[in-house]
Amino acid sequence: MAMTFSFFAVIAIVVVALIGALSGLHFVFGVILPYAAFAIFLVGFVNKVLNWASSPVPFRIPTTAGQQKTLPWISDSKLDNPTTTIGVIGRMVLEILFFRSLFRNTSTELRSGNLVHGPAKWLWLFALIFHWSFLLIALRHLRLFVEPVPFLIQGIESIDGMLQVGSPPIYISDLLIIAGVTFLFMRRVILPRIKYISLAADFFPLFLIFAIAATGILMRFVFRVDIVGIKTLLVSLANFSPVVPDGIGVIFFIHVALVSALMAYFPFSKLMHMGGVFLSPTRNMANNSRAVRHINPWNYPVKFHHYDEYEDHFRDVMKDAGLPLEKE
Amino acid sequence: MSTPKTKETSRIDFNPPSEGWMDTPVKIKPGIYCHPAKPEKIKDVDMPNAHSWSPLHDDWNLPENWKEIFFEGMRERLDKHRSFKIFMDICVRCGACADKCHFFLGSGDPKNMPVVRAELLRSIYRGEFTTAGRILGRLAGGRPLTKDVIKELWYYFFQCTECRRCSLFCPYGIDTAEVTIIGRELLNLLGLNINWIQEPVSNCYNIGNHLGLKPHTFKENIEYLVDDIESYAGVRINPTFNRKGAEILFITPSGDVFADPGLYTMMGYMMLFEHIGLDYTISTYASEGGNFGFFTSFEMAKRLNSKMYHEAKRIGAKWILGGECGHMWRVVNQYMDTFNGPADFMEEPVSPITGTKFENAKSTKMVHISEFTADLIKHNKLKLDKSRNDHLKVTFHDSCNPARAMGMLEEPRYIINNVCNYFYEMPENTIREQTFCCGSGSGLNASENMEIRLRGGFPRANAVKYVHEKFGVNCLANVCAIDRAVLPASMDYWVPGVNVAGISELVANALIMEGENEREYNLRGEEIASLKEEA
Repeated sequence: MAMTFSFFAVIAIVVVALIGALSGLHFVFGVILPYAAFAIFLVGFVNKVLNWASSPVPFRIPTTAGQQKTLPWISDSKLDNPTTTIGVIGRMVLEILFFRSLFRNTSTELRSGNLVHGPAKWLWLFALIFHWSFLLIALRHLRLFVEPVPFLIQGIESIDGMLQVGSPPIYISDLLIIAGVTFLFMRRVILPRIKYISLAADFFPLFLIFAIAATGILMRFVFRVDIVGIKTLLVSLANFSPVVPDGIGVIFFIHVALVSALMAYFPFSKLMHMGGVFLSPTRNMANNSRAVRHINPWNYPVKFHHYDEYEDHFRDVMKDAGLPLEKE
Repeated sequence: MSTPKTKETSRIDFNPPSEGWMDTPVKIKPGIYCHPAKPEKIKDVDMPNAHSWSPLHDDWNLPENWKEIFFEGMRERLDKHRSFKIFMDICVRCGACADKCHFFLGSGDPKNMPVVRAELLRSIYRGEFTTAGRILGRLAGGRPLTKDVIKELWYYFFQCTECRRCSLFCPYGIDTAEVTIIGRELLNLLGLNINWIQEPVSNCYNIGNHLGLKPHTFKENIEYLVDDIESYAGVRINPTFNRKGAEILFITPSGDVFADPGLYTMMGYMMLFEHIGLDYTISTYASEGGNFGFFTSFEMAKRLNSKMYHEAKRIGAKWILGGECGHMWRVVNQYMDTFNGPADFMEEPVSPITGTKFENAKSTKMVHISEFTADLIKHNKLKLDKSRNDHLKVTFHDSCNPARAMGMLEEPRYIINNVCNYFYEMPENTIREQTFCCGSGSGLNASENMEIRLRGGFPRANAVKYVHEKFGVNCLANVCAIDRAVLPASMDYWVPGVNVAGISELVANALIMEGENEREYNLRGEEIASLKEEA
């Protein structure tokens, strides 16, 4: 049910955009919708992060994944068990750019009564492929929003298209994101445990991103659109003086509607892991809590059993046992 | 109730049923859960909503406004812990954690997959605290809080040992221990603790240690150990208690004082201290290193922990030396200074024997016995005869908390390699930061839940079995009192023929002490020669 619902939700977005574009609501789907979605994304994202940040981190709770820093002759694991800010930054860079923790992934099977643990890198690999190609595609799209196109963006585009297959050339990142999203989807359908834990909120973004990539590729190779017109529109959006030229293909508006849906959905969904990973206290803190006192802003005094109460209670038996006393 | 045979418990299906977890009501089974906390033990420490109830009854006699208490409690904790808020929001359900949990691997119960354990609470969070969840309900992954959900939360938050193995693999560092800790806090607001935690908490608070050993009994127990040391090693040791002016306050889990085989570890500490002439004292008041309060609420953890600094201040100790314990070291390493510091009445710890400054503990002023011992060995301060441990083929079980909430991986290994000739590592995915829990941590070491303890202990035991069969390993060394208390049962069940020992016991057996006898016996009173013959 989770999957069906998500599937039809994405279909619904496509249909609505199709009808809208065919009815000539180009200003609504080309200007109002993306503006609104981008505003929701920006405000929602910032709001969520500020909301997280408004809760303090009362305790220093890194998950340590290597040797601690103790005696000078024992070499400590500076990235997996950092004690310095530089170490923490290193750990976070590895985590955010290269999915360090997921790289550690193992799979455990029961073979003739014994547990066998082995490496499991596929999820790591495809997650990396998916996220990096997503980033490249997003960056590559900037060429449509600015004129002249910055050198860096041109560079990304030419590297991405270096296969030189077809006309226009196929982007490597397009192939990779389809591969990535397909892998992430298939494991939710095929692997029983992953299927068991999957919710609508897991399928919806996959379908949505697949649809975005698919409409993008279709636009490039099948339903050719007026790229000059699109650029005029997008540059005008970026300059806050929107102009919608005539003759942009319908598929473009479907693509934009899907992207808008993703942006508007983003802050309220699990996709916020993008922001959350930066703030995760088990990863972004140094393991130095015995060397530097960590302050809990809401620390409050508690009632505890004072030694004097203890001695008052046990004075006689303590005396008989020859234990030293504060008061005889 | 009898424990099922290994043939039955090692048949595990890791494939969940087709029915979704939200549609599968909790079924509470004997052998899996622990007895409820006795109301008087809750009242003893002024905790709320003490009442009688039974897990098997339909009605758990919850307070009338239970829902309000629970939601209010959640709201408060979301505001107090960024970790909780983030962990409720950002899980993508990638499932990397699923087969990392010893309880899932041992039971096959899909709700023991860490992701689902957290989803049990996350679904409530989404249903009540997010706009999408309030409007779309189940489509947004939300579900309403019912009395059955409370039962489910109770059942599964007391099937998590807060070992953090899953958090190691999570791409966002989501820590199920954090979710369980807060989940248990919420349940405690409704008076739903287990007695195996609550009674030790009450004992520790009012008497000084988990078992409730009164000052004279505590002292007597240690004196019995002193007598044993004299019989087996020929050396008379005179430990002091509550002595003002001692340089070092020594605190260890009370399990070392009363429970076999922790006793031998306690004997080991005292022999080591005698050997180096350490000026230390043991407190009958702060006679508990462990902290079952940590399995109850942060506040209770703080209340119990406060005795350590309070006592160190009273006797005027320069610093505190801590014994071998797992969750004790989670609390000491990550919480104590924040809870009850600053410990500015003490000095930065310096080993009086080697002059080593323990820079890593300069604020908390508490040093781990393995750090301390490794430093002594490195500086050649111990006279050791490794061959006395030659009948032992040793492997080392990293305890969850020293491994994943501290990173004490090399110190114990260095010590073992210096006191034993035969040391073998278990497979790499089962040691160091990837270590498997004993299966009974976080206050779940009762007897009525033996089935889940043994199931949860299976991944650890299975790795021991590997080295037992391959290298003839017969000694499972560790640095944790709960390990020492529970691994013997797990070994007897899964890998008969493997003994469990604290590292300080191995050290003391190898220690050449001034004035000692022929050392024909080890600390367990076993004849070393015949052990060697057997081995």
